[in-house]
Amino acid sequence: MPDTGAPRVLRKEDHRFLTGRGHYTDDLNRPGQLYAAFVRAENAHAKLNAVNVEAARKAPGVVAVFTGKDMEADGVGSLPCGWVVTDKNGSPHKAPPHWPLARDKVRYVGDHIAVVIAESIMQARDAAELVEVDVEALDANANPAKALEGAPAVHDDAADNLCYDWELGDKAAVDEAFAKAHHVSKMELKNNRLIPNAIEPRAAIGEYDPGTDEYTLYSTSQNPHLLRLILCAFVLNLPEHKVRIVAPDVGGGFGSKIFCYAEETVCTWAAKKVGRPIKWTAGRDESFSSDAHGRDHVTHAELAMDQDGKFLALKVDTIANLGAYLSSFATAVPTYLYGTLLAGQYKTPAVHCNVKGVFTNTAPVDAYRGAGRPEATYVIERLVERAARDMKMDPAEIRRRNFIQPNEFPYQTPVALTYDSGQYELALDEALKMIDYQGFPQRRQESERKGKLRGIGFSAYIEACGIAPSKVVGSLGAGVGLWESGQVRFNATGSISVFTGSHSHGQGHETTFAQVVAERFGVPVENVDVVHGDTGRIAMGMGTYGSRSLAVGGSAIVRACDKIVEKGKKIAAHMLEASVDDIEFDAGTFRVAGTDKQKSIGEIAFAAYVPHDYPEDVEPGLDETAFYDPANFTYPSGVHIAEVEIDPDTGETKIVDWVAVDDFGKVVNPMIVEGQVHGGIAQGVGQALLEECVYDEMGQLVTGSYQDYCMPRADDLPSFRVAMTETPCPHNPLGAKGCGEAGAIAAPAALMNAVTDALGTDEIAMPATREKVWRVAQARLTPAAAE
Amino acid sequence: MPSVTMTVNGQEVSRDVEPRTLLVEFLREHLHLTGTHVGCDTSQCGACVVHVDGASVKACSILAMQAEGGQITTIEGLATNGDLHPMQAAFKEHHGLQCGFCTPGMVMSAVDLLKHDPNPDEDTIRHWLEGNICRCTGYHNIVKAIQHAAKEMRG
Repeated sequence: MPDTGAPRVLRKEDHRFLTGRGHYTDDLNRPGQLYAAFVRAENAHAKLNAVNVEAARKAPGVVAVFTGKDMEADGVGSLPCGWVVTDKNGSPHKAPPHWPLARDKVRYVGDHIAVVIAESIMQARDAAELVEVDVEALDANANPAKALEGAPAVHDDAADNLCYDWELGDKAAVDEAFAKAHHVSKMELKNNRLIPNAIEPRAAIGEYDPGTDEYTLYSTSQNPHLLRLILCAFVLNLPEHKVRIVAPDVGGGFGSKIFCYAEETVCTWAAKKVGRPIKWTAGRDESFSSDAHGRDHVTHAELAMDQDGKFLALKVDTIANLGAYLSSFATAVPTYLYGTLLAGQYKTPAVHCNVKGVFTNTAPVDAYRGAGRPEATYVIERLVERAARDMKMDPAEIRRRNFIQPNEFPYQTPVALTYDSGQYELALDEALKMIDYQGFPQRRQESERKGKLRGIGFSAYIEACGIAPSKVVGSLGAGVGLWESGQVRFNATGSISVFTGSHSHGQGHETTFAQVVAERFGVPVENVDVVHGDTGRIAMGMGTYGSRSLAVGGSAIVRACDKIVEKGKKIAAHMLEASVDDIEFDAGTFRVAGTDKQKSIGEIAFAAYVPHDYPEDVEPGLDETAFYDPANFTYPSGVHIAEVEIDPDTGETKIVDWVAVDDFGKVVNPMIVEGQVHGGIAQGVGQALLEECVYDEMGQLVTGSYQDYCMPRADDLPSFRVAMTETPCPHNPLGAKGCGEAGAIAAPAALMNAVTDALGTDEIAMPATREKVWRVAQARLTPAAAE
Repeated sequence: MPSVTMTVNGQEVSRDVEPRTLLVEFLREHLHLTGTHVGCDTSQCGACVVHVDGASVKACSILAMQAEGGQITTIEGLATNGDLHPMQAAFKEHHGLQCGFCTPGMVMSAVDLLKHDPNPDEDTIRHWLEGNICRCTGYHNIVKAIQHAAKEMRG
């Protein structure tokens, strides 16, 4: 942990959350509000013959019932995918329509058929039961591994279920390297499908004001401006200035609240039709069936090495499940956020990646904490560990031998990215020390004496965060720019309001961003308030995902602070009767260089709003906005080491130690950053040991509640030991790289490497549940017992 | 509709409710005490934990009418005269919350734990919290916060 010398800054937002005074979307109620309940598909794949809503319409309290036909009649558009991936044959990906309410077919369990709007939520739910849906069931295609093998077509215009066949890297160079390799390590890897499970379910309140023709949508969104852009430009055809989206306190997102969903679209559209506000809050069953899911890859990967364990080339073939429809950024996750990361921390000279994105009769799959990067890290780090085992090399040593060295940055990888900075060996050395790697053989022996199996596993990960230079992502198919806005407003009496396009749903921006501003102006953190999550108050922004908020959103705020200082210097020069060039600014004070003549920033702010003694060529006011478009991605990296002890009699995997050494560049609030690491690791542990979204062959969702989908509980997890190295990002003013996703990216590979080390076999897939571990352990100990 | 009466955060309240109204719905919809959250529909997540007659109860698991005549404390009633309860203060001091959504249930549950065991070890805390799901913190700082609150409250 870098010692900043600064006292711990506790979170400004905590008081309201701890006293029950937060304002989450479902806590809000609008005058005259109605309630929506959705009628959802029970079949994974079916033709909609008729939807009879007459009985529901007559039910007590019901105000309206709408189906896809009503939206079609109003010209409502399809929910778009905002990133066009180009197939290797040069054509754009296939993007079949995704209607907010189904029009011809339903394509996954939970797909939206109708909405019932009533005076109370109970009346809405009761009436939803009365909607008669006449369907012709069709065979389902629910297994991504078989989607391309003649499975039923999810969409008529993608008859082979292929959305795109994408590739990256120099295949010829890879083939050449494999031909002369000393050894090739190979693995079949499944990256299990996950359900994000923010504890606050999605919710929306749509509202329409006929007097002004304005809409307001309260929504559990990570990026309200982006949601507004998508809703207005593509779905509802509304003018952007007539739509306000408020994302108030949001209870976790992890990616799942980035996207434009059917329910919020319907609530906004229907609010005008019924002339009253409409509220919808997901039940957890709806979250399970209709939040965008994550991961779901099937991969074959091979690593070619020379006789010294130096990596020569990597090839990766992946089938990525995109679900039944393309969610907002679904296509980019298994391509530009996955294939581009496959160089990892290593100098592998040639990498080739082929990804086939497939449609299945399952919920849409999109970004979930890490989004592509956990999948890439899992492939690389499992394979590197396998390579070490194949080559009988120490897993730390094989990594060390292949690391990109600190003097080799900027480093151009063979898969498009230019890494800006990093000290990979430093993190590895620190992690080895922390876990007492030397002592592991002895600890293993001690476990063996108790009849337990001990294992240790590494994960040396890299991320590309910030997402990212608009020009670059535009050239890769993104439909939006990925800059961020920041506005810093001095109020006349010296307090500061900061407006950011980033959105905090647990990350603590209200504190971290306030610290950034307070430090620059030498004012107490308490004097700075951060406003986010409201398109009516904040300049256009891009929101929070990809660990981007501090690196991109924070940088925009710094640039706005710079503008404040520049303007302040002009005002100070006038007041101090000096030349602007002679004014210095430091920690809240403007001073004439080499003199004791000075003005505080508070005095300057007051003068700006009460400009009686004021320069003629300067506008009143002290309120500046900046838009920051990053020059590159940022590249957080680190090494996690997991140590486990397995009880072969029960299959229990006990995590006996976990060390994380991460490099997030410059850190503003170490307490918050550590918390982000803890949470990320927990989600990674969940993926590795507990969590799996399962659809059966008919496309029924088997894991549709917390009784069936195993979330990590407190007693499933250990405490973590977290440390940091600090290699500042060279291209943003804060030197920050981003920390939100690291744990979830690093953890699955570290833990599975430890589990497989303990079990002595790679033949176990995530999640390594007790049952699976027990079967493998028993098969190895007493081959007959597990039959 | 039948009437139900109970004492919530020290104040007696009576409302007419549908018989199927859950306690959590009563608190949120009828009394507008929205600090108690709903995170699931199967009584697993624990975001809705309140105290009924001093014991932690998932407010989604009982009907409002079952709390007739009861003494209910919600997260809004935990602080006294504006001073945070030591558990609330410890969660803040040790960063035991991120998005804040599971927090009210987590805090109410932890307060009840210390009534049962004023000096719980880490395993005891983790086991007690089995009925409260947090997706943000990995529980690390929640456990730490509860340990510190316990120490504080033992004096």
